[in-house]
Amino acid sequence: MTRSVFSRAFLILFLAGSLLPIYWMLNMSLKTNEEILGAMTMWPSNLTFDNYITIFTDEAWYSGYINSMIYVALNMVMAVLLALPAAYAFSRYSFLGDKHLFFWLLTNRMTPPAVFLLPFFQLYSTFGMMDTHIAVALAHLLFNVPLAVWILEGFMSGIPKEIDETAYIDGYTFPKFFVKIFLPLIKSGIGVTAFFCFMFSWVELLLARTLTSVQAKPIAATMTRTVSAAGMDWGVLAAAGVLTIVPGALVIWFVRHYIAKGFAMGRV
Amino acid sequence: MNKTLNNKAWWMVLPVILSVAFSAIMPLMTVVNYSVQDILGPDQAVFVGTEWFKEVMRDESLHSAFFRQIWFSLAVLAIEIPLGIGIALCMPAQGWRASLSLVIVSLPLLIPWNVVGTIWQIFGRGDIGLMGKLINDAGISYNYTGDSTDAWLTVLLMDVWHWTPLVVLLCYAGLRAIPEAFYQAAKIDGASRLAVFRFIQLPKMRNVLMIAVLLRFMDSFMIYTEPFVLTGGGPGNATTFLSQYLTQKAVGQFDLGPAAAFSLIYFLIILLLSFVLYNWMQRVGTGDKT
Amino acid sequence: MARIELAGIAHSYKPNPSQPSDYALRPMEMTWQDGGAYALLGPSGCGKTTLLNIISGLITPSQGKVLFDGRDVTKLPPEQRNIAQVFQFPVIYDTMTVGENLAFPLKNRGWKTADIERRVAQIAEILELSGELKHRASGLTADAKQKISLGRGLVRPDVAAVLFDEPLTVIDPHLKWLLRRKLKEIHHELKLSLIYVTHDQIEALTFADQVVVMTEGEVVQIGSAQALFEAPEHTFVGYFIGNPGMNLLPCSLRGDGVAINGTNIALPVPAGLSVGEGQLTLGIRPEYVECSPNQTENALPARALNARNMGTHWLIEAELGNHRIACKQRALHTVNMGDAVWMKLPAERTLYYLNDRRVA
Repeated sequence: MTRSVFSRAFLILFLAGSLLPIYWMLNMSLKTNEEILGAMTMWPSNLTFDNYITIFTDEAWYSGYINSMIYVALNMVMAVLLALPAAYAFSRYSFLGDKHLFFWLLTNRMTPPAVFLLPFFQLYSTFGMMDTHIAVALAHLLFNVPLAVWILEGFMSGIPKEIDETAYIDGYTFPKFFVKIFLPLIKSGIGVTAFFCFMFSWVELLLARTLTSVQAKPIAATMTRTVSAAGMDWGVLAAAGVLTIVPGALVIWFVRHYIAKGFAMGRV
Repeated sequence: MNKTLNNKAWWMVLPVILSVAFSAIMPLMTVVNYSVQDILGPDQAVFVGTEWFKEVMRDESLHSAFFRQIWFSLAVLAIEIPLGIGIALCMPAQGWRASLSLVIVSLPLLIPWNVVGTIWQIFGRGDIGLMGKLINDAGISYNYTGDSTDAWLTVLLMDVWHWTPLVVLLCYAGLRAIPEAFYQAAKIDGASRLAVFRFIQLPKMRNVLMIAVLLRFMDSFMIYTEPFVLTGGGPGNATTFLSQYLTQKAVGQFDLGPAAAFSLIYFLIILLLSFVLYNWMQRVGTGDKT
Repeated sequence: MARIELAGIAHSYKPNPSQPSDYALRPMEMTWQDGGAYALLGPSGCGKTTLLNIISGLITPSQGKVLFDGRDVTKLPPEQRNIAQVFQFPVIYDTMTVGENLAFPLKNRGWKTADIERRVAQIAEILELSGELKHRASGLTADAKQKISLGRGLVRPDVAAVLFDEPLTVIDPHLKWLLRRKLKEIHHELKLSLIYVTHDQIEALTFADQVVVMTEGEVVQIGSAQALFEAPEHTFVGYFIGNPGMNLLPCSLRGDGVAINGTNIALPVPAGLSVGEGQLTLGIRPEYVECSPNQTENALPARALNARNMGTHWLIEAELGNHRIACKQRALHTVNMGDAVWMKLPAERTLYYLNDRRVA
């Protein structure tokens, strides 16, 4: 069928195009700075792992990786758990100020985070929470919770209310209904929400760097440290880029079944 | 959906409000505070009322940055939304091919934004970059550091590469949430492929598309790191968008008062435009989601 | 209108089925008469939806043939089989009005506008939707939406059969019986074949002329409500139909009596009972068990556990050896917990099953 041949070709073209800069980044990570700035080569003429060695031998990198993963995981879990009941409320109930509240949530994503730097710094210093993982996880809730609520609400609204009512008639309590019936129906929404919370928290450098110093220093700080006296350390930066993709790729691999699972209503 | 009136629902929403407001209110108060004062020194501040707001609004370079920004965001939406929908439609629904597509599609999203800019810096160079060299070899003269149009196109292409996956993932998840029964009924009704898209898929992606449009609009309107690293705002100020303009004012000139005033204006602009976009999309939808 | 035959149909969702449990639908033969109203009854996962989808063409069976009026349609897609299917939840086109929804299948067939309008008006009248034609379909209640789903099927004049997959699941209870009555009306008026899948025996028994009972991929009995009640051919049918279901007591032949396992009592062996390998089970509906506080001829001693007043009758549960036996009767001689009671099992109502299949 020409239609599916066309769509296959289109998809492959897009994926290939998407991979090109990634391949380029990998390419750069295996070259020396001189070679990078010297000429355009599709593959390193002098393959070198020096950039990766620099990263792995630098203790700050290793702990930075771990630190980032800790606060990102904390944030992801908190954001989704907080958002689920709120999204359900927005989806099923109308209450005083609900439409305004819903929109207000999104407004928290309407300022460049730079605006929050100083106030956050003061806030967390006052509470003695500087340089902790939880501080960054909490700070990131600012933009992740509204996102989670909006996405989850969208998926929840796609489930007809009659399902809730049928479950109550069948004798389900609310918690049982929510966990056993409702959540499986919005699987793809949860998968995509979890991934986005992970992603936005993982790539956020400014707040993460400002709120931490040693104990909880994330990769963010070390990422921006790649300008040395000799100029920009292109190779190391590229290698760092390659390494930061890995956890995210793992996350999407783990939630792939959630995102791709259909609405299986056959056995209700 | 007919929602039931229930004010007890506030309890379900409370944790979210607390966690967000906790982070949002104080900075807002601080910014408002700065925006109406002239800070001459560490402890010397003079109340100047709306002075900064007036000055900021009169600034010529603000006006040009604003229009540049509008064009950029419009271009971003015009390309990324249809492209994202298209790719999501082409992706398989299950199997190892689906998993592979999902992983590859998501990769651009996971790269820290300064690295994105850095990679494209080299990537686009005519002498040492894969893309730059290919374009020049094909006979098209391309130089993103010297030519304004080339710079614009490069920043746009970089954004499309970086952020279309967000639209793809949202649309893909939305498509997967459509029950099989709808496709089955359409088959029985003898509907064409186009009719299935028009009457089943697109309407059922309404919620997800709204989020995608709003997110891309807001994030593109606030874009800073990637273009800054790639072009530094140049050549000249061809790619200086609003966020960079703000940072220049605050950091470069260390003028906290006007910077704070502009932050508020910036925020209000995004708020207003998003609100308009949101309401327009609600109405364009079925009109029953009120 | 069509006679539907299923010849040697079996279906497995696994690529290489080797044993019976791999099959979602075990090999079967069946004929559905033209214009009949059938119910497919069984618990979740018994294969009824699979069977329905094979008939409609949404699934191609792993084995066997589907024939409509003698014509092999096994390879034909749904739109070429002239069937209509109504799903568990309303499937409508949100962006269209009620009228446009009903007109959709006809539009896809290239009908002229005037003809479409006439036909839509006709069907809307039958379904009592005439007043809503100009309204957006998405704003209606669930039962109206299901009517629209049904309407889209009925609107094609050559529709052979209408298949229902648990269509009343999301309907309010007090509206369910209205819709059921409407379905019976339609069956009567349009003389279509209707096949109705459900796990609710009341729905099945009130709706259909013939009920097809299924369990674990197998059709265990086809019959009228009365036949299923009085002469279940399979222990599953006995257990599933009736509220509560049939009493099923394992038993064995001992001497020339039938002894219920765990007790010393024997019942006379019924005529024609041939015994083979396997488990012998005695079945009797609670409605036919007679419970009395006095010893009667051929009655079995038991101990009462409880007696509940169900409104129209009493439900008595008693302990017979290691087994429970339920009895449903109108009057109650005072029975207290722990009392000795005597259960009479009338021979003409007692059925015997060998390996779950009826032998006497």
